[in-house]
Formats: sequence, C-alpha cells, structure tokens
Amino acid sequence: MTPATRAGDLAIETRALTKRFGRQIAVDAIDLAVPMGSVFGFLGPNGSGKTTSIRVMLGLAAATSGEVSLLGESMPGRLARVLPQVGALVEGPAFYPFLSGAANLRRFDSADRAAPGRSRRTRVDRALERVGLSNAAGKKVSAYSLGMKQRLGIANALLMPRRLLVLDEPTNGLDPQGTREVRALVRSLAGEGTTVFVSSHLLAEVEHMCTHAAIMSAGRLVAQGTLDELRAGESRVRVRTPDAAAAIRVLADAGLVAELETAPDDRGAESFTAAEGSPGVDGSSGWSSGRSADHWVSAPIELPRSGRVAPVERGTSSAGGQLAEEDLVAALVAGGVRVRGFHLQDTSLEDRFVALTGEGFDVVR
Amino acid sequence: MSDRTVSESVSAASPAAAPAETAPPGGAWALLVSELTVLFRRRRTWALLLALAAVPVLIAVAVRLSSQEPTPGRGPPFLDQVTQNGLFVAVTGLIVSIPLFLPLTVGVVAGDTIAGEAGLGTLRYLLAAPAGRVWLLVVKYIGAAVFCLAATLAVVTAGVLAGLAFFPVGPLTLLSGDTISLSESFLRALLIAGYVTVSLLGLSAIGLFFSTLTVVPVGAMAATIVLSVVAQVLDSLPQLDWLHPWLFSHYWLDFADLLRQPIDFTSFGANALLQGGYLLVFGALAYGRFVTKDILS
Repeated sequence: MTPATRAGDLAIETRALTKRFGRQIAVDAIDLAVPMGSVFGFLGPNGSGKTTSIRVMLGLAAATSGEVSLLGESMPGRLARVLPQVGALVEGPAFYPFLSGAANLRRFDSADRAAPGRSRRTRVDRALERVGLSNAAGKKVSAYSLGMKQRLGIANALLMPRRLLVLDEPTNGLDPQGTREVRALVRSLAGEGTTVFVSSHLLAEVEHMCTHAAIMSAGRLVAQGTLDELRAGESRVRVRTPDAAAAIRVLADAGLVAELETAPDDRGAESFTAAEGSPGVDGSSGWSSGRSADHWVSAPIELPRSGRVAPVERGTSSAGGQLAEEDLVAALVAGGVRVRGFHLQDTSLEDRFVALTGEGFDVVR
Repeated sequence: MSDRTVSESVSAASPAAAPAETAPPGGAWALLVSELTVLFRRRRTWALLLALAAVPVLIAVAVRLSSQEPTPGRGPPFLDQVTQNGLFVAVTGLIVSIPLFLPLTVGVVAGDTIAGEAGLGTLRYLLAAPAGRVWLLVVKYIGAAVFCLAATLAVVTAGVLAGLAFFPVGPLTLLSGDTISLSESFLRALLIAGYVTVSLLGLSAIGLFFSTLTVVPVGAMAATIVLSVVAQVLDSLPQLDWLHPWLFSHYWLDFADLLRQPIDFTSFGANALLQGGYLLVFGALAYGRFVTKDILS
C-alpha cells in the first residue's frame, strides 16, 4: 500500500490548528499528521469539526491560530502552488444546476490555471468515465440524482493528476454499489501513489478503505495512527463464572484489575455462545434454576500484536510480563474457579470510536 | 503517473476524444471565457435581455397603433420625434429603461456574482481549484460589465429594429439642428449605448461588493436595486444638491450632449470619472471583504 515516497514525509500536517467562530471553538488545537501515500480516514461524529478543518486546510477559511502545510508547503501562503496538486470534495458536491455534468467540470477545470485548456475536454471525459458518468455527461445536473452528483463531485477531484485527494464524505448518498465503487476507486488511486484523505462518520467505510485514521470529537483530535494502532487499545478478558470473588482474586494475582460486571451485555453473551460452538448451553439446560447463577468478571488487558496478553498498567500490576490466554484459564481453574466461559473481547474501531466520542445521537455542542 | 494507464483505457473506449475543438486558451483567461460562457448560457440572462429589448418594441408599437400624434413635452423625451425618425425609438427606449429596468437587470447580475456562487456552493470549488480570490473578483466584475454592455445594446438594437420596422428612417436631425447621415446616426446610437454602459459600471461595483457580503444572492440583488432607486430619489431633491454630483446616478440621463454637432464629451467625461471612482471605492471594499472572507457555504 505504501508507494515509493520518501518515508516520514507528510501530505498534510497541522500544528495546533485552531478555528474559532466567535466564542465557539470549532477546531481545537489539532495536530494532524497524514503520511504520504496513506489512505487516511478522518473520523468523527457530525459537528465534530471535520469539515471546518478541511476548509482551513484548503485555504477556504482562515485559521484562528496554528499552522497547516499541504504536501510540504505552508498554507494558505503557497495556496496557488499547492492546490493544483490537490483534488477536493468539500462538504458534498455543488454544481451549476443549469449546466450539464461535463460543462460543470469544464467550468471548474478552467478555474485552475495549471490545467491546460487544450486537453480540457479529454480530461473531463476521462474523469467522467472513471466515475461511470459518461452516459450522463450531457445531462443537466438538475436532473442528476444525489448519487450521480456525488460521483460528479469525485470526478471533479480527478480532473488533473493529483498528489493528494481530500474527500469529505465521499459515499454520502451513494447506493451500496456506488459505495463499493468509490472504495475501489480510492484503492486504485492509492495504488497509483495518491494520498487520499477521507473524512467520514461511517466507521465501516474507514475500516474498509483506510490504512490510517484520526478521530475527532468536539473539535479535538482524540486519536490518530494506523488502523492497527487505533484498534490495539484496550481489550477485555471476560470470564463467566459463579465464583466471581475467586476469579477476581486470581486475575488480580495475574496482575489484572478485574471487576464484576453488574449487567452483562448481550454482545458478550452472544460471542461466548459462538465461541463455545454449542448453542445448547444456554438453551434448555435451565441453569437459572438448577445451577448457581453466573456472573461475568472482566478485566482490561492490552493486546499486543503477538497475541499475548499484557495487563494494563494501573498501579497494582505486580505480575508483569506477558501472559497467554490459556495461562489465565489454567490459573483460574487451578484457583478453584468454575470457568463456564472465557472470552477475549477485541476492541473494534467502533468500540474505540464510541469510547472516544461518546454514545448516542446528541451532537456534542 | 496514473495518467497514462487511464488515457489508454479511455482511448480504447472512445477513440474520438475531441481534438481540441474551440479549446479555451487555458491559463488565467480560461476562467474569464468560462464566466462569460456560463453567464450567456443561462436562461435567466436571456430573459433579462429579452425583457429589456421589449421596452423599445412596446414603445414603438404603442406609438404606431395610437391614433393621436405624440405631443412634444408629454411622455418621455424624444417620444414626439419617433414618428419622424424611427431611430428615436432606441433613444426613447433607453430613457425609459434607465431609471428602473436597466438598474434592475444589472442589479440581478451584479448581485449574483459572488453570492450566487456561494449560494450554489460552487464558490468553494472555484477557490479550491484554485481560481485565486482576486482574479475571481476581477473576472466576476468583468462579467457584470459585459452584461451592462449587452443590456444596453439589447435596448438600442431592439429600438433600432423596431424603428426600422414601424417608422420612416432617414438622416437624423440632431438637437443642434444639424443633420447627419443614417450611418453616422447608427454610430451615435452606439455612442449612447457606450455612455449608458459606462453609467452602469458604478452600480455593478456596488452590486459586486454587496455580493461578497452574503450567501443569499437575492439579498445582494435587492440591496443593489434599492440603492439605485434611493440614489435617484436623492438626486431629485433640491435640498441635497451638494450631494448630487457624488451620486452614481447623477449623469445617467445626461447623454443628450452626444446628440449635438460637434459632440460635447463633457458629461461623458464627468460620468466616466464618477463611475471610475465608484469602481475604485467599491472594488476596494469588495476586495477587502472577499480576500479575508471565510468561505463556509
């Protein structure tokens, strides 16, 4: 995925970038670092400052403080040099409804001084073809569907060979097929060496396309890195047992800070069942009547890529070192704990996202 | 890099990929060409021009159909001349259009310049292209100025054609009593069109400035049109005669000097100077506003 660009070069770099509107801080001192050649997902709930950051990066709005550099050049000072190398889709596509799709692209292309007029028609046709709009090229944009406009917006970003593409919510309004096409397009562009910066509030989209990601929440950048780094946050080991107290003690001996889950969630129970591979266990066996009641005991652990388990440093960590899951189970059984279920819960990007940005529909500000 | 593979696949699919037919010159001028193309491809622009062209035609038809001869001193100036020489239809048409119809159409186009793009959202794509803010402003102003010329020519051309169709046309008797040939009278008509075009340049600059203040084009249009009416009202109040020479509408109807022999260019010069002043002031205001503006639409 990483093409032959100089390592360590950043396609987008912001230093303490801040944007205020009156008393409201839309973007709060963010330090973005988007490596050259990456497909970078810019995640965040609606209203978290993604689009505002993009506007500032592209010189559409002025930063209140902080610095931006695109492709190694400072913005907005070197705007005229940088922007011809950047294709952008900002806050949805926008077109002249009374012009055809092709005429719209020619219009935007003519605004780019670096774009040769001689090849304009050819380049427009090519971009339309690339997003599958050749047949609708002569149609007025007012007759386009939302998905077609979205495609046309992406075509606009592809009029010239670009080193960086900034795509704000590129799959908005697209049907599942269109979404897949956009993903494929992004992948092929990345394969050609273009850095792609995709903002989205759709996690699945980012997990499918991106090599790197950053998460925004309430104007702040709360995490960034490769997808693996982001996922490798806190995982949990979960034990289903009637002997909760004993389990907590054994886990504590292993250096884990375990706690009793008061209300085991459905997801854990499901994955437990799936892991067991025997759906009959929680079926008619009637463990609510015959057997002593089960509890879930869980402890946060770090999951390094080696597959081994390391306790999260929480002051009490005594055992240190790395444990394998099987060792934990053995220790539990040896400690007299009736282990009825053992489950290692990885952090998905979604868990991480929700943990960082909060749950529910409420816009943060 | 990516270009080659793509062009190959394209050329395979559509070998006749338009060999540079009427290719715009590229570089900075391409945007100006595009601006004018888009402006004159819009149905709205043509509706405005047709409405303007209808004014002299209506005058000609009304005079032609009416049984009574227009009496001097009643109705717009030169109306009584129309039956003697059809070319005066164009002059009368301009005089009738200047107070409201021309400022109205110019207000629509000038008020739409930046705000229209902002309202559509296309402004962000033009600037991200990057068009350059100053150049975009210049291009937009040139577009509005070209529309002023087109609007004036629409009235004059329709007037001349209506005059030819409905009335006798011959050598023109000027206000100074001299008579000029038909071809020279066409030149005079164009000269008057030029005068009226220049008259509207100040208003266009005001419209451009208003247009940088909002993302609602109708607001900028309305403000521009209202201001043109206010200026004319102020110009008619004798109590404010100290203000009159500074009003952009002050010389709007003073093109009668161009209908004398020899031509007196005094009012033309004064008008041009005044309009230039308005262009400088409101151009600077528009620049100051637009260059630092956050494009959030």
